[in-house]
Amino acid sequence: MQLDDLYRRVIMDHYKNPRNKGRFEDGGVSIDLHNPTCGDRITLQMKVEDGIVKDSKYVGEGCSISMSSASMMTDAVKGKTLEEALELAEKFSALMKGEDVEFEYEDLEALSGVKKFPARIKCATLAWNALRKGIEQTQK
Amino acid sequence: MNALEIRKLFPILNQEVNGHPLVYLDSAATSQKPVSVIEAVKRYYEWDNANVHRGVHTLGSRATDAYEGAREKVMRFLHARSTQEIIFTRGTTTAINLVASGYARNICKEGDEIVITPMEHHSNLIPWQQVAKATGATLKYIPLQPDGSISLADAEATITDRTKMVSVVYVSNVLGVVNPVKEIAAIAHRHGAKMMVDGAQSTPHMKVDVQDLDCDFYALSGHKMCAPTGIGALYGKKELLEVMEPVEFGGEMIDFVDLQESTWKDLPWKFEGGTPIIAGAVGLGAAIDFLEEIGLDAIHGHEAKLAAYAMERMSQIEDLIIYGPRDRSVGLITFNLGDVHPHDVATVLDAEGVAVRAGHHCCQPLMRWLQASATARASFYLYNTEDDIDRLVASLLRTKEYFGHAIG
Repeated sequence: MQLDDLYRRVIMDHYKNPRNKGRFEDGGVSIDLHNPTCGDRITLQMKVEDGIVKDSKYVGEGCSISMSSASMMTDAVKGKTLEEALELAEKFSALMKGEDVEFEYEDLEALSGVKKFPARIKCATLAWNALRKGIEQTQK
Repeated sequence: MNALEIRKLFPILNQEVNGHPLVYLDSAATSQKPVSVIEAVKRYYEWDNANVHRGVHTLGSRATDAYEGAREKVMRFLHARSTQEIIFTRGTTTAINLVASGYARNICKEGDEIVITPMEHHSNLIPWQQVAKATGATLKYIPLQPDGSISLADAEATITDRTKMVSVVYVSNVLGVVNPVKEIAAIAHRHGAKMMVDGAQSTPHMKVDVQDLDCDFYALSGHKMCAPTGIGALYGKKELLEVMEPVEFGGEMIDFVDLQESTWKDLPWKFEGGTPIIAGAVGLGAAIDFLEEIGLDAIHGHEAKLAAYAMERMSQIEDLIIYGPRDRSVGLITFNLGDVHPHDVATVLDAEGVAVRAGHHCCQPLMRWLQASATARASFYLYNTEDDIDRLVASLLRTKEYFGHAIG
């Protein structure tokens, strides 16, 4: 078992220097999600205009995998339509299932190592589950 | 007690995990099983398996004898007065729920109080929350001291004449404290309240005497004390069990059934609806034999020594935070390694074959009290050695280095 497969440099960089951390002062869609089995939690906020994710922020508590995944996700969805964001979430699920996928936002590929650590997949997917909920809520 | 010899009796421990000999430090979640327990369950299925309390045939008698024999062992093990006071359950959770639903719900009314502590496992918290909601009773908490222990003065101040039920964990699965449940039971009784003890973490590790504690109810889980999963027991004083209502109805638990009315069997069977967990009970009986042969005092002594050694070694690790009192006689240590998230700690340790628990340990309110979203926990049992703790400490140091390097 190679730990470096899991904790790649780019993951550690997102963990240590999180992108998009914080809250919007003026609303937007807000999703609170936590993982009851381990206590990780995230609040994801998105500003959606004309079906496009204009901006996205998050705050949360969790391990390096869950927080770096949130950092990358909030970066990756910016400027995407809701459909594209949902496709991205599908692609990320495929990555976790061990499929070979490429991302325009390349940092995400660093998370491919998580699939070898089944206990940690739920960490990586927390932010993406929040994204799916956020999209659902917007489309209601 | 020779832990190295005992270890050989646990087949699962003799394996490599991720290229390293397994160091299992998660016995507070579930213990491993000795070969005698595995064999007892196997022998039961290969020779004696039949349904209990009904067959006229030989296997039926053997299965019944095995099942009721296990009940006698639990009775002796807890020093209960009679087998009528021992009800087999799925585990501690089911036992506490049975008392909450079958007893507390019927005696609590608006204005009454139920008293617990903030260190309770969810299984000794939510059932009481539910009783409080259903009856209008108030759920009160004995506050914790800064080090996580309970003071009797606080217990005195919290328990009042309105209190109907007190339920406290004997040994905390996070803080490693042993609570003064005997003294709390005495306070409860002075106010006319009943006392339940959550024995999930105490029963595997120390001698328990329910008559000496004078608790009214006591719950245990088999799987934490070398028995299979899915079996546990509730001890209750006979006079209370007699007024307690069954919550599961069906086969096994009835005396006489008519179209509109039915009556229940005597204790303890009125609480054991359906075909019981026979093989599990046989396994629990074998686990009790195993633990008694080694001796609970010897096991407790061994774990206290390990805890002291682990405390000494771990407190030398810079940035390592240990939760709960420093002095402890039970073998579990909950900690955090600086800023490294406990999941990351547990993953790095696992890569070196060291199994620890990470998360909230089913104690979300306690985690909030500790101001930690999650923690890591190493817990020891009779098969652990000082070498295991050395491996833990070495792996923790490497984790620190790895994350220091990766993050720094």
